Amino acid sequence: MTTPILQLDQIGKVFSADGHRVTALDDVSLGFERGECHAIVGESGSGKTTIANLVLGLMLPTSGAILFNGVPLPGDRSHAQKRSIQLVQQNPLSALNPRRSVGASVRLPLDVHAIGVSADRRQRVEALLAEVGLDADMASRSPRGLSGGQRQRVAIARALACEPELIVLDEPTSALDVLVQARVLQLLHRLRLAHGLTYLFITHDLAVVRSIATRVSVFQKGRLVETGGVDAIFADPKSAYTRQLIGAVPVVTDEEAQLREAIRAGAPGTGTAAS
Amino acid sequence: MTEAVLAIRDLRLAFGSRRSQSAVLHGISLHVRAGEKVALVGESGSGKSVTARLAMGLLQESPKVHATGSIRFDGIEAIDGGPEIARRRGNRVAMIFQDPTSALNPTFRIRGQFRDVLRSGGRRISVADADARAEAALAEVSIPDLKRALDSYAFQLSGGMNQRVMIAMALANRPALLIADEPGTALDVTVQAQTLALMHDLTEKRGTAVLLISHNLGVVREFADRVYVIYRGRIVEHGTTAQLFRDPLHPYTRALLAAIPKISGGGLPDLPERSPDFESPMITHEGCGEPQGFSA
Repeated sequence: MTTPILQLDQIGKVFSADGHRVTALDDVSLGFERGECHAIVGESGSGKTTIANLVLGLMLPTSGAILFNGVPLPGDRSHAQKRSIQLVQQNPLSALNPRRSVGASVRLPLDVHAIGVSADRRQRVEALLAEVGLDADMASRSPRGLSGGQRQRVAIARALACEPELIVLDEPTSALDVLVQARVLQLLHRLRLAHGLTYLFITHDLAVVRSIATRVSVFQKGRLVETGGVDAIFADPKSAYTRQLIGAVPVVTDEEAQLREAIRAGAPGTGTAAS
Repeated sequence: MTEAVLAIRDLRLAFGSRRSQSAVLHGISLHVRAGEKVALVGESGSGKSVTARLAMGLLQESPKVHATGSIRFDGIEAIDGGPEIARRRGNRVAMIFQDPTSALNPTFRIRGQFRDVLRSGGRRISVADADARAEAALAEVSIPDLKRALDSYAFQLSGGMNQRVMIAMALANRPALLIADEPGTALDVTVQAQTLALMHDLTEKRGTAVLLISHNLGVVREFADRVYVIYRGRIVEHGTTAQLFRDPLHPYTRALLAAIPKISGGGLPDLPERSPDFESPMITHEGCGEPQGFSA
């Protein structure tokens, strides 16, 4: 087996405030294979956002190590390490500087990381915008004048500018209308295949997981409850909590309703699914 | 047939000054009969929430709001807002919102807010009676420690608890109509499912009519008897829940249903975000027209 692109090795994270200690992550070990879309699912307090923050280097684990391509990530990351792991957030308006044009936002990482030569960067920005389905004349516009879907495309183009290996997608379509969401999910899927990207896809939406992810890991209160291939987990979730989550999804077709009923009725699992 | 508790006819709404107005609703009609659960479903900006607010008389006071048409509720005309509909708010018609924690007053304990609700509409009720009724109402929404909940501030309770408190308060005066605007959307999926089930059972038991405002077709399918789909200020399809989900007819409804990711898999369809087809005329399913010549 090849080395996972990302490995969480016995990660613990404890927050302390006012004498209270809250364990956000409790002994989490998990590998992410190159080229996969690996969904991290859970409700509030599950630890999924903490995982994103740790992987991005925005905070350090209390215990354990994060390995990137087999090498432990230090507290102070190199330029190259920062560049290889990028983020797309839920709310693209707060993620984009409103005073900077779309083109300038996408260009900034090219300048910061000295990607390519200065003279080519304008063309590169146009190519990146085209890749996410935006016209070149978008470059001069302010993010304030764009729709939610267009802004999310800009945020994706900016992440792609760094030529990353891994993108952390933190609820990237949760704030979008359903028709816009479908387009953005498709774009993400296409880009992953075209560039061999690996996604760490954080979401609370199990239907989104089913439609875009290859693997899924379910978290509850800081613990990894279940992990496996998406098809296997939706066919036969092993843990009671995963069944509860799938059982609570509001569905729109009879086929979904039948699957949900079967999952609700399933026998209690025996713990973490091995796969 | 049961009479409509709410009947909206040809409702048009524009925002802005006299000189420059932007139209938001282009003549929508809908009705809710006594005890019925009706959903108004659409994307952001479709006009679903302003419709609910107009029905409660909450927007009409603004000089920038220009509403025409008719909103009949509980024997009155509410298109221009005014004291008649204001008197009925919290009483004959109640509303619950997306984020229960911010909808409750952060500076008063639940106990005090409950007393205010029970006294609304000029009701006289003693403190002891109000507290007893508040406890009974909270018990009905399965809140475990009643005294503790009543003595709490909203921020001391979980989002799910606050949603239950909101439901209990909204139904405390036995309104004829409950307007629920994206209830539970801010909550975790398991908590959302519980609160929707709770709201469903409680309104069913009491015969309270519900107008559910939602962007989530899954929630609508679970909750409603009848559905209006709204797109850019126009109703595009109207049918019973069974008709609409088994046999969606309007191109916009079909696109929405296809675009929703499914837990049964099937990948993602290739659909446009916008299409002229979505503007095609309204489709009404059999047996679902607007009632003629009645009074609400």
